[in-house]
Amino acid sequence: MLEIKGLEVKLEEEDKQILKGVDLKIGAGEVHAIMGPNGSGKSTTSYVLSGKDGYEVTSGSATLDGVDLLDMEPEERAAAGLFLAFQYPVEIPGVGNMTFLRTAVNAQRKARGEEELSAGDFLKEVREKAKALKIDADMLKRPVNVGFSGGEKKRNEILQMAMLEPKMCVLDETDSGLDVDAMKLVAEGVNALRSEGRSFLVITHYQRLLDHIKPDVVHIMANGRIVKSGGPELALEVENNGYADILAEVA
Amino acid sequence: MALAELKLAATQTRLTGMVMPEGLNDQRVDAMNRVITMGLPHKRDEYWKYTDPATLTQSTPETAALFHNDEGALFADIDRVKIVFVDGVFDADASDDLTCEGVEIGRLADVDGGWAADIYGTLEINGQLHVHRPLAALNTAFATDGVVIRATAKAAKPINIIYLHSDEASDVMLHNLVRVEEGAEVTLLETGPAAARFNKVLEVDVAKTGAFHHVRAQGRDHERRAVTHCFARIADESLFKSFTLTANGVLTRNECIIDMVGDDAVAHVAGACVGDGADFHHDDTVFITHDGLNGESRQVFKKVLRNGATGVFQGKILVKAGAQKTDGYQISQSLLLDDDSQFLAKPELEIYADDVACSHGSTSGAIDDDALFYLQSRGVPRKAATDLLTLAFLAEALDEIADDALADDLRDRLESWLGRRG
Repeated sequence: MLEIKGLEVKLEEEDKQILKGVDLKIGAGEVHAIMGPNGSGKSTTSYVLSGKDGYEVTSGSATLDGVDLLDMEPEERAAAGLFLAFQYPVEIPGVGNMTFLRTAVNAQRKARGEEELSAGDFLKEVREKAKALKIDADMLKRPVNVGFSGGEKKRNEILQMAMLEPKMCVLDETDSGLDVDAMKLVAEGVNALRSEGRSFLVITHYQRLLDHIKPDVVHIMANGRIVKSGGPELALEVENNGYADILAEVA
Repeated sequence: MALAELKLAATQTRLTGMVMPEGLNDQRVDAMNRVITMGLPHKRDEYWKYTDPATLTQSTPETAALFHNDEGALFADIDRVKIVFVDGVFDADASDDLTCEGVEIGRLADVDGGWAADIYGTLEINGQLHVHRPLAALNTAFATDGVVIRATAKAAKPINIIYLHSDEASDVMLHNLVRVEEGAEVTLLETGPAAARFNKVLEVDVAKTGAFHHVRAQGRDHERRAVTHCFARIADESLFKSFTLTANGVLTRNECIIDMVGDDAVAHVAGACVGDGADFHHDDTVFITHDGLNGESRQVFKKVLRNGATGVFQGKILVKAGAQKTDGYQISQSLLLDDDSQFLAKPELEIYADDVACSHGSTSGAIDDDALFYLQSRGVPRKAATDLLTLAFLAEALDEIADDALADDLRDRLESWLGRRG
């Protein structure tokens, strides 16, 4: 599904290398987690995959089902099936949440040469999916993320994911700012989307989220590289002992 | 040459050969004397610092190519009374019967005494009190026609003045009058480019508890020029709301002068403007005077400028000594889509009462990169995302329109304009 090879990335504005050769391969239907200390390059990986400005890829590649992602515009990556759940979802005053969702869904369908969803079908689908995430009609009407609580913003991200039905979902610290109940709700939303054809990359600081979204593989990232990979037990090890032991071990 | 002499000479040149239409003779002669006393505006006048009036004052207008498109008429699905002027000439065949429950409708050319003659030019004179507005006086002197509307109850339908442009060299002056009687309510729609050069005055007198709604969409002819003045006087517990959408046009100066003489009166003026190209210049000049208790005024102006377009906003709130508990708000914002476009803003507050709340703000900004990336990351192409954010920026001004059907119609139109950019 997703294959990252020797990815090296520096900031455009300053001469600072952030990723120093990331290798990662996620198979169809798999859930991978990336953990790691602050500044290790986790979020940068998600931004580079989704095409945010400000980063320069100096070496390496990233492909989705064999298609080169790095050459595409962000919207083309989205249409190809990539989705990033933002750590800090952006507020867009003046754009209704519903308008936003419908514009996104239909833009992707159009890009893939599919027919646009009718207003009725769209509404039915949104209502159904919003209900499961406890998103009420008011939240759908309000401008995108404006005045939303931290939990509402994250649930809104999952709603977008549910509507867009991507192949490859990258969740960037989706658990940050969430209380236990909200995290459970978000995790349930993610789990409901798990399927054979859909893969997940979950970026997180805490093992807690991985109790709810059970990963197949856990990677530890440090200083711009993946330094260790293992099963779910690796996350427990981090939770109990911190990163120091692991980093010392691979140093 | 000193500015005063320069202006006098220019004014005399301009007035030479101009023919005063029949009717309202005293008012017209007075108005012409005002023009001579004030002199026509010059770019060295402080009030015209950001907008060069030369093409508005010169004797012969610059020509304006006709703009053809396949768009249907604005507000076509709204039941309204249509009054059509083609290059300033009333078109009876294209117009509806000038009848509507709750209002009396007539033409300025037919005015012979009565309420219309009584107020003709009087609100314009009031509007000259603090700042000279000679082009409005010129209009009072020489306007050939216009619509006069007297609302005696809640009007059954909106009244839509449609200004068509068919002559590349047309030079048109129209003058409309509205009187809203106590407790009455009327909506005036104005649409279309009108002429190569259009000088229009609207005088609106709202009696206590009356309500006046004004929604205007200036035509999209790329080369047209317009100077418009709206003079309003609003009494106790009355409501005045005006919204203008402007796209294209080489030069537009829209002045709105509101005198809030009554207590508990509400006045909202808003504008959305979309300008594309170095030859686009759009100026909103607003002057609101609070002269009653508990008055509420709002000015909301938004401009989207690209490819070297220029936007101007001059907005003033004057709160007189007795106008306690005034609530005045003013915001002017521009969205600059490139480095070549510019927005010039001059917000002013002048307050003589000590128990008022007045605020004003003015900003210029670019498209929010984070919002743009967020939309793109959801699959919305960059251009569509930019358009969506542009509409969102203008939304606050469009929200000032009270009638949802009218607002939706303008929103849809604006959406297609952003998409076509034609």
